[in-house]
Amino acid sequence: MRVAMLVTHIRAEEKLILSAFNNREISPDIILDRELNFDISRGSEQLAPSGIAWRAYDLIFERCVSTSRGMYALAVLNSWGIRSFNAYETAAICADKVRTSIALTQGGIPQPHTRLAFTPDSAMQAIEDVKYPAVLKPVTGSWGRLLARVHNRDSAEAILEHRQTLGDYNHHIYYVQEYVDKPGRDIRAFVVGDRTIAAIYRASNHWITNTARGGQATNCPVTPQLDEICVRAAAAVGGGILAIDLLEDARGNYVVNEINHTMEFRNSSQPTGVDIAQEVIDYVIEQVEVMA
Amino acid sequence: MTEGTALCPECDADVEIPADVMENELVSCPECGAELEVMGLNPIELELAPEIEEDWGE
Repeated sequence: MRVAMLVTHIRAEEKLILSAFNNREISPDIILDRELNFDISRGSEQLAPSGIAWRAYDLIFERCVSTSRGMYALAVLNSWGIRSFNAYETAAICADKVRTSIALTQGGIPQPHTRLAFTPDSAMQAIEDVKYPAVLKPVTGSWGRLLARVHNRDSAEAILEHRQTLGDYNHHIYYVQEYVDKPGRDIRAFVVGDRTIAAIYRASNHWITNTARGGQATNCPVTPQLDEICVRAAAAVGGGILAIDLLEDARGNYVVNEINHTMEFRNSSQPTGVDIAQEVIDYVIEQVEVMA
Repeated sequence: MTEGTALCPECDADVEIPADVMENELVSCPECGAELEVMGLNPIELELAPEIEEDWGE
């Protein structure tokens, strides 16, 4: 099986994934996104930066830390019929919080009450509709960057004015959510195909609980209830290898907060005792073999 | 510079290089905290890693 792993650079996760491939006697070619230069109008016979034709690959495993580079590379490669994990469509939905919210709604998956507006005035109305405290998020972005919890009209006005004045057009798309008063933690669950293989609690004194921002990871038991909502949420965005972020609301019900398609998991194998990289790679190999 | 280390291009401190290091792997300088990318293996060459962009991460 010929595999290429598309990366921005090599992080802990990529080394774990390479090692998991090596355990199955597969040595992926590593392709740097900075070296891509696709001729879109030509097809998969053109050479990849590895020196072999794209069409020679049975699988592209996309691990770019740059969401946009990874997503557009998948758009091109999938258009040529080259299989990838995840697929472009899944990546495109997960990379965009608006599209994720729409997909979750269509899939009947519980999520925080969410509104979308395009001007500071209508965004102010959206914030007051979801009630204070409200959460403003960029439609693309990660690691908890530029999230704002808005407690009152004064801070709403300030944040909206700053975003309108200082941000590019992406920041003029106002994605507004109700604040879910979670119990000092959220849940990140790892879905591979139709199974939730592991989950962690991410605890923090800060309302932003990302481990990239200092949230502490501990094991979260995968109950049938958690598995069910995670697998349904994954299917709603097209399925694949996904990290589902969930919040527990005041009644203890799960709501899906976001879905990540190029998941980071370096802090999650140890507390869960699950070899996430190996689970992922064994699934990927099986899928490619089924399709062959 | 001792064996298994390379000089930080930002502050000249010794940066420990893991034995299984790979090209394009990220390492951090323990002194100045700079994020560095391994650009060559023999000898080890370090450069400042690209700045994190707005769409980076999960």
